[in-house]
Amino acid sequence: MAYDKDLLGAIAATRLGLGARGDEIAQASADPQGWLLTQIRPGGADLFRAEMPSVPERLAEYRQIGLARRQAQMSTGTGAGTATEAPAPDVVQEVRRLIRENAGQDISSRLQLAAATNAAFRERWALFWANHFTVSGVKGITANLIGPFEQEAIRPRVFGRFEDLLVASSGHQAMLLYLDQAQSVGPTSPAAMRAGRNGRRVGLNENLAREILELHTVGVEAGYSQADVTEFARAMTGWSIGTEREGADQEGRFVFRDNAHEPGARVIMGRRYEDGGYDQARAVMRDLAASPNTAHHLATKIARHFVADDPPPSLTERLASAYTESRGDLAVVARSLITAPETWTPLPAKFKTPYEFMVSSWRAAGTSPGEIAKVAPVMASMGMRTFAAPSPKGWPDDTASWAAPDGIIKRMAWSETFSTQAVGERDPVTLAQNALGARLTSLGAKTIARAETRAEGLSILLMSPEFQRR
Amino acid sequence: MTDILPRFGPLSRRQIFARSLALGITLEFAGTQVFADPLAAKRKLVVIICRGGQDGLSVSPPVGDGAYAALRGPIAIPGFGEPGGALKLDETFGLHPALSATHALAMKGEARIAPAIATPDRERSHFEAQDVLENGCTVAYGAASGWLNRALTAMNTRSGGASSGVKAISVAATAPLILRGPVETASWSPGGGAEPDHRLPGILQDLYANDPVLGPALATGLATQGMAKEASAMVQSEMAAAPPEPDMMNGASAPPQSTRERAADARKLGLTLAAFMTAPDGKQVAAVSVENFDTHANQGSSQGQLATRLAYLDAFIDGLHTGLGPAWADTVVVTATEFGRTARVNGTRGTDHGTASTALVLGGSLSRGGIIGDWPTLAPGSLFENRDTAPTMDMRGLFKGVLHDHLGVDRAALDALVFPESARIAPHARLTA
Repeated sequence: MAYDKDLLGAIAATRLGLGARGDEIAQASADPQGWLLTQIRPGGADLFRAEMPSVPERLAEYRQIGLARRQAQMSTGTGAGTATEAPAPDVVQEVRRLIRENAGQDISSRLQLAAATNAAFRERWALFWANHFTVSGVKGITANLIGPFEQEAIRPRVFGRFEDLLVASSGHQAMLLYLDQAQSVGPTSPAAMRAGRNGRRVGLNENLAREILELHTVGVEAGYSQADVTEFARAMTGWSIGTEREGADQEGRFVFRDNAHEPGARVIMGRRYEDGGYDQARAVMRDLAASPNTAHHLATKIARHFVADDPPPSLTERLASAYTESRGDLAVVARSLITAPETWTPLPAKFKTPYEFMVSSWRAAGTSPGEIAKVAPVMASMGMRTFAAPSPKGWPDDTASWAAPDGIIKRMAWSETFSTQAVGERDPVTLAQNALGARLTSLGAKTIARAETRAEGLSILLMSPEFQRR
Repeated sequence: MTDILPRFGPLSRRQIFARSLALGITLEFAGTQVFADPLAAKRKLVVIICRGGQDGLSVSPPVGDGAYAALRGPIAIPGFGEPGGALKLDETFGLHPALSATHALAMKGEARIAPAIATPDRERSHFEAQDVLENGCTVAYGAASGWLNRALTAMNTRSGGASSGVKAISVAATAPLILRGPVETASWSPGGGAEPDHRLPGILQDLYANDPVLGPALATGLATQGMAKEASAMVQSEMAAAPPEPDMMNGASAPPQSTRERAADARKLGLTLAAFMTAPDGKQVAAVSVENFDTHANQGSSQGQLATRLAYLDAFIDGLHTGLGPAWADTVVVTATEFGRTARVNGTRGTDHGTASTALVLGGSLSRGGIIGDWPTLAPGSLFENRDTAPTMDMRGLFKGVLHDHLGVDRAALDALVFPESARIAPHARLTA
């Protein structure tokens, strides 16, 4: 690397971190790669909440609301004699309260961590994998489970083997609910037969199986067919969530429900999988994780997220080789990203997402996010509703998606408000030097220095082309 | 679904619009006076993309098709005249009971259905199929621009160059593919605009002078702000004058407050779009996204998850129709989705990714006629891959017909520029009178 260490330090903190905080660039500049490499650790990413209600607890709370509603409907439906019943709580209000208390606190904690952490690469790496295995709150019930999902399934494994991450994600209650796997039943399984005799229709749901193939592992370029999707969905039947009937130790937890599993061997992408209950889908996941298509799919996504919308093929190949040679060890892939020369190109090619923009602003100003009730609507106005990605594909991270006119207007409006509150007595030129280091352009520095007020200077910094990109 | 992130505290007027966004409805507009011909300059087009794979067999249930009820089981829409039954269009087809405003338009000859339409994509992937729907090519990632943007290019060329004042705007902070491309498009969403007396916009315009992305984006964003204020003011006065809203659920018992509220918000967003389009320097072309049609489980029948989404769509269309007033006569609205859903109900009272679905075509000057395209029926042996409604019409044919007859885009441009290598797909002729 021929570039000077000050520039490399600035790139480490902004492109691979979450935006510089305090004297972070100065610290990173001593040994930019080393500063990043030491953030990789076998234990995974940081947890944003030490104490968090468990998934079974959160599901039980949600269920209580549903019960209350059904009781209310029954009581109002029977007419006379029910006037003494207590009025049912407004279901919508109750759900909102739950989400505010649970998901709101989760998001808030996650933002606090991002704004304050000294291991910003580690956090960015975790956010990348959380987005790769998106669970979105658009389903109501899942909003409350995203925090536990990230903490239980994703964060502990982001520097481990991809296969373990895949299995943990696919078997987590949040994913099972978000992509409808929990209710999928093998059409000729004992459970389906019994339901049929009782006049109920149950059967296959292929949503999760399809998205594991398309989004989480081999990608659609791998050329699998509809038959492969259906076969994988059959193999996955039985992966579900325990109910009240299965006992208190099972309720709300992952269960493999043997009698809902479709019997028989399956053929998926040319490979035959004998029936082995839970192990059948588990074996498919092992092969998916080992596929060269998965290596290429993940390598492309990582390079695109960290370096450029159209990343250099040499970088993608380097990351794919690291993945394949290490048999899917994500710590090795992270090291490969950090040590790749392509990662350190001086030109900042990535345009920040709203999440990245707001987090880097808090870090630049040395402030914390403040109340989630104020932050969430702002981020939503910029087009990114926290914990509510529009689809299982997760949030985009390309310039074309985010640099829309309205997005820029919203960023500008928030910058003005935020700067007025955050700048205090500090000098915006110093803040700019700390935030961007050698990446601060002379035009940017000059424009900030000419600002009429400190707040205006900070607004200009946050909206400068070099701060908007990384 | 939908109710994700908590709405915190009481709502301000601005947040009412923000809540419409929370429905997953977003707008993109493009095009101002692209025509030299003053008559053609009045013509308007709105494309509504229903994302997630909208179930055509529930949008326009073929309750008269002998195979329909058995395939659909618990999610079948009941027949004409039954409680919660389909709203009759002809002997075979009805509309979902949540689409009451759309049905009222259909009764006047101002709404029709294309019940077996599909993009050229057969992969059943949301993301590939949406890409094909928006890029106008035969394969995903076939173009970085959208067909609606390229249609604007074609219209500009015809009217004498790109200097004819085309602008664009979105009621979304993000830009959908359908309107991305060489013609600059704006975007707008409610809340937090720049105040004209602030210095920052001017400073940033100088700072962005040599930035190919931020410079144009900021300029367009600022230009849109003034227009947005006028449009919002128009809607506010219109809301004040409007009579109480009809029950969106077509005579069913009153839906939960939040559903009604959200339908009302969707209607307001329709009114807002209409205000953008009827302003003196108004937008001619708009793209709108309505999300969350991916009903894998518990999709419901005449009520339920999908019904709620369709009620939003219907309320939006109703607001648009009302707000456009006399300009409705010059407007065509098309709804389209990336793919339909399986003909059979799945094991979780929902439907999985399928192939053909329904497009709605609406407007004040539609030509009369029955369904658009042929109905393959749901009879055994007629289903595509023994699974989905079989496509009988390429979606590009419908779009090409609208662009040709309504907006005057010529055939050569349609075949090569707007929808590349599509010469063998003829424009569906005579949709507008």
